[in-house]
Amino acid sequence: MNTLAQTTQALPTGTWEADAAHSRAEFAVEYMGGTFRGAFSPFEARLAVAEDGTATLSGVARAESVRVQNEDLEAHLLSPEFFDAERTPELTFRTTDIRRSGETVDVDGELVVHGRPQQVHLTGAVRGPIEAYGQERISLTLEATVDRTAFGLNWNAPLGDGTPALANDVLLTAELYLVKR
Amino acid sequence: MRILGISGSLRRDSHNTKLLRAAAELVPDGVELELWDRLRQVPPYDQDEDLEPAPPAVAALRGALAGADAVLFATPEYNTSVPGQLKNAIDWASRPPRTNPLRNTPTAVIGASTGAFGAVWSQQELRKVLRSLGARVLDEGIAVRHADRQFDVEGRLTDEVLLEELRAVVGALVGSVRERGLVAA
Repeated sequence: MNTLAQTTQALPTGTWEADAAHSRAEFAVEYMGGTFRGAFSPFEARLAVAEDGTATLSGVARAESVRVQNEDLEAHLLSPEFFDAERTPELTFRTTDIRRSGETVDVDGELVVHGRPQQVHLTGAVRGPIEAYGQERISLTLEATVDRTAFGLNWNAPLGDGTPALANDVLLTAELYLVKR
Repeated sequence: MRILGISGSLRRDSHNTKLLRAAAELVPDGVELELWDRLRQVPPYDQDEDLEPAPPAVAALRGALAGADAVLFATPEYNTSVPGQLKNAIDWASRPPRTNPLRNTPTAVIGASTGAFGAVWSQQELRKVLRSLGARVLDEGIAVRHADRQFDVEGRLTDEVLLEELRAVVGALVGSVRERGLVAA
């Protein structure tokens, strides 16, 4: 294995934190024949890579930081019918395994939404590190599809033909610009 | 602990108001259930009027809800749904959405009708409405069927099974408040 290959197989050592201005954590779910999208903003994410190559990616968002394009819908999402922000104010994620192969990355981890932990598998891409104006940065993009009902988010309403208005599968995407601390 | 009871019927001899009075007799020690009796005074919802200060009956409703640890609605069924005046009052109470006084409040729905089903559809629709505005709505309820035969001349609920069901709903509502942890006992 040459030096370049070795470099691209490992995540770079250090503690890396998401640059809030350039990072996003979003969700998309089919709703009434279209796609309903939202995000959590702000949120925090951190990648810690030890000297032996062991890596942990963790993230946390307040339920109150859910952002959709309508205030009434945000209020509904915070209610006991969805995230129940009063009882379960945080959503968290923590990896159990990260595998890098060149620019692709495979992640296993535990996602806790609505107080319920579920194992999830995410795939994505990693670029960097690059140095920009004195900061070392890595770009990490990840996505996974989860079944919202596994987290107890069961709301639905029938359309005229009896089919449910809201899909169960939710696409989660994260675009993380991580800065070395 | 304070439970606010709201009857969806304005009628003087309302079965649903009697049902709430029966519930008030079944609350555990340390809990009081107070009936809100100003539903008739709530004006039609009008966004142009949804300003501060709110119309007096609306301000009173919002204040009563904000001061309650839990809310118990008793609803009749009009045309398979919630009576307009009750829905109208809830629409006022639901504004603004993010801070309305029903948000996270333990809430239960019960109902009575003179028909064979006991306002079950209305109860179901009322739960849907209350959930959508952020209340913590219990699944438990009771359906008082043939309500014109269930109360004695003094307006007391007589059926032992219904009384036990009503006691269970009140107990679940009190339990939900205690679980919420904002009230010590």
